[in-house]
Amino acid sequence: MTDYFYLIPIAIGLGLCGLAAFLWSLKSGQYDDLQGAAERILHQDDVPLSH
Amino acid sequence: MSCCGSGAELAILAAPDPREVLLISRTIAGGLRQTDLSVPDVHCGACIRTVEQALGALDGVTWARVNLSTKRVTIKWRADVAPPPFIETLRNVGYEAHLFEVDGDATDTTLSELIRALAVSGFAASNIMLLSVSVWSGAEPATRDLFHGISALIALPTLIYSGRVFFRSAWQALRHGRTNMDVPISLGVLLAFGMSLYETAIHGPHAYFDAAVSLLFFLLIGRTLDHMMRERARVAVKGLARLAARGALVLQSDGAQTYLPVGEITVGMTIMLAAGERVPVDSQVTKGLSELDVSLVSGESVPQPALPGSVLRAGTLNLTGPLIITATASANESFLAEMLRMMEAAEQGRSVYRRIADRAAGLYAPVVHLTAAITLAGWMFVEGDWHHAITIAVAVLIITCPCALGLAVPMVQVVAARRLFESGIMIKDGGALERLAEVDTVVFDKTGTLTLGNPRVVNSDNVDPATLALAGAIAAHSRHPYSRALAAAVSTTTTPIALDDVSEHPGCGMEARLGGSVLRLGRPEWALTDTSSMDLDGSSVVLSRDGQCVADFRFEDRLRAGAAETVGELKRDGLAVEVVSGDRETPVRTLAAGMGVPYFAGVLPGGKAAHVAELASVGKKVLMVGDGLNDTPALMAAHASMAPASAADVGRNAADLVFLREDLSAVSQAIAVSREAGHLVRQNLALAVGYNLIAVPIAIMGHVTPLVAAIAMSGSSIVVVANALRLRGRGKSDKSQGAGASTPRMSVRMEPAE
Repeated sequence: MTDYFYLIPIAIGLGLCGLAAFLWSLKSGQYDDLQGAAERILHQDDVPLSH
Repeated sequence: MSCCGSGAELAILAAPDPREVLLISRTIAGGLRQTDLSVPDVHCGACIRTVEQALGALDGVTWARVNLSTKRVTIKWRADVAPPPFIETLRNVGYEAHLFEVDGDATDTTLSELIRALAVSGFAASNIMLLSVSVWSGAEPATRDLFHGISALIALPTLIYSGRVFFRSAWQALRHGRTNMDVPISLGVLLAFGMSLYETAIHGPHAYFDAAVSLLFFLLIGRTLDHMMRERARVAVKGLARLAARGALVLQSDGAQTYLPVGEITVGMTIMLAAGERVPVDSQVTKGLSELDVSLVSGESVPQPALPGSVLRAGTLNLTGPLIITATASANESFLAEMLRMMEAAEQGRSVYRRIADRAAGLYAPVVHLTAAITLAGWMFVEGDWHHAITIAVAVLIITCPCALGLAVPMVQVVAARRLFESGIMIKDGGALERLAEVDTVVFDKTGTLTLGNPRVVNSDNVDPATLALAGAIAAHSRHPYSRALAAAVSTTTTPIALDDVSEHPGCGMEARLGGSVLRLGRPEWALTDTSSMDLDGSSVVLSRDGQCVADFRFEDRLRAGAAETVGELKRDGLAVEVVSGDRETPVRTLAAGMGVPYFAGVLPGGKAAHVAELASVGKKVLMVGDGLNDTPALMAAHASMAPASAADVGRNAADLVFLREDLSAVSQAIAVSREAGHLVRQNLALAVGYNLIAVPIAIMGHVTPLVAAIAMSGSSIVVVANALRLRGRGKSDKSQGAGASTPRMSVRMEPAE
């Protein structure tokens, strides 16, 4: 049992990563317009990043 | 026809002054200005594209982005150029837009704080629960202590970060000698955490970290949903067209014209008021002839003439001709300010309503705390073991902690608000829903509420279609309500008629040339050379050719769709219905008699509020439905209040509910949903009490381990949430039946946002 204790910090670390990712996405405004984002993907033309 | 936008009928309306756009835009970094517009008709991807491309093509615009969820568009433009014509551009591509004030509430900080707190507590709850499962399934003492220690490390920051929402509110209540739902919550969470910490320190077997944190998580869900519901209604109501003037063109003594905000206009200033603008402050006409739409201010449906010397009230709409007026009062002494003072007085007179959850908490907290105290004393008496007695008392607190209660009420109200939202009804908060369910008397305003406040031609069937088309073609050049009604009465299939020299004669009518003859559309005395042979009443309009009568038109204020049915339905449901109007006796009597309800005509604004207060003093719970400035004190005095989207700005802000569609059935629908929600809230409270009746004795007997607490708490929460969701299921079935009858478009008053 004790051999697997190293899994605990990994599990909590992964959880923290998820939490941080969520907070970042919230802060960067990705939840501001959920309906709009759903529609935009169908209509917006792709713009090449470099020429 | 495409699914989006149909702006053809809007083309004749004037656009707002570009100076006003400048006035409410705000400066942002990089030499840019930002303007927010509310565009209620945007609803698909194609709309986003059209709007963004149209605005992006304008000179000076650097960035335009639509937010489909809030139906707003944010535009950034270069500050060194004049404001580009945003609203006209959008109108040309078929979208009605209103200026939206951006100052003050750029971001909603409370909501993001709640969501962050929710995310943190969700993370903590799931991780602690994982550790707890292994403890419950019988981990060795050493492992158990380690897991308790890790749980404590996760729980402490969570409690500080996520728990402060509740601690702050509980502390506020306690400091003012009151108690609310947050007091037992905070106490339960803190005691559970404190005891678990002690238990961990002495290597004991029972720690309630998972209970404390998942309690926070569940309660934060309820709190966040509640906040989102109110916020959405607030934003939706704010996005409607503003019906008060923000500024006016002032003629200064040196002849210069400056656009001043309303607040800076002082007594004696000369104001140039164009046709289609609203009177900014109380004033007197010095020059010009026009007609005024006063329906939003006094409830009178017939436009009033304005000549030199006429006294104008702030908020009335100038219809036909430009006027030069002199301010007789500043903004904070004008009619609007007077209404605001009456509103404040009415609000103070109204008894304070305590929400069901708060009333429940008032009873709940003492009972729970007393039970825990008796348990402590009882076990001390029986066993004399401090540690065991405290453990059991804290278990009682945890098991009774109002998780289900805190979720039971908001969940139902959020589901109900969502159902109303789908039918175009915005509700300001959950308390309004509870008050609406108690209503037993409904008081309607007439103009703009029972009726649409704009007239309709009643005898168009008796008029030859070609003549009607001619009248309509002339009328299309004017914004007078009668002209608009005539233009609307013409079927769209007729070919357009080319007219020459169309001119408007304020107070009289329209004149046009066709071929060699002069056509006049307007008052009989003006349009006809000889009126003695005609039988005419005051509110009719004639079309004449060279002084000879061709046709006469009669007008009637149009009833809102579903008005008669709604009044009938309300009466069938046993509610008392009344009409209280500021309009003249005759139109009010005709309307009230048609519906078979008692009426009061010619009532002053103060009289309306007094009438509502009088009804309240004999124990009636009044729902006031009104739209005018003159209704706002009564809206405030009433137990619950509703306003249409076309209502005056203050009215919309004062009302508990705002309905966006034309159909008046929103009133009966809102009452029905609120009553259903009331039933479910009571059911949920009964479920929560029933759960406590079973769980508390078990806790007092000392049989509640952390595992039992976790199961009981989650179980009761799931039961109340599932019960609340039943309201949603019922909403779906209603909607599928009534979908054909309801108007899909928002009925926003078709006027420029000044």
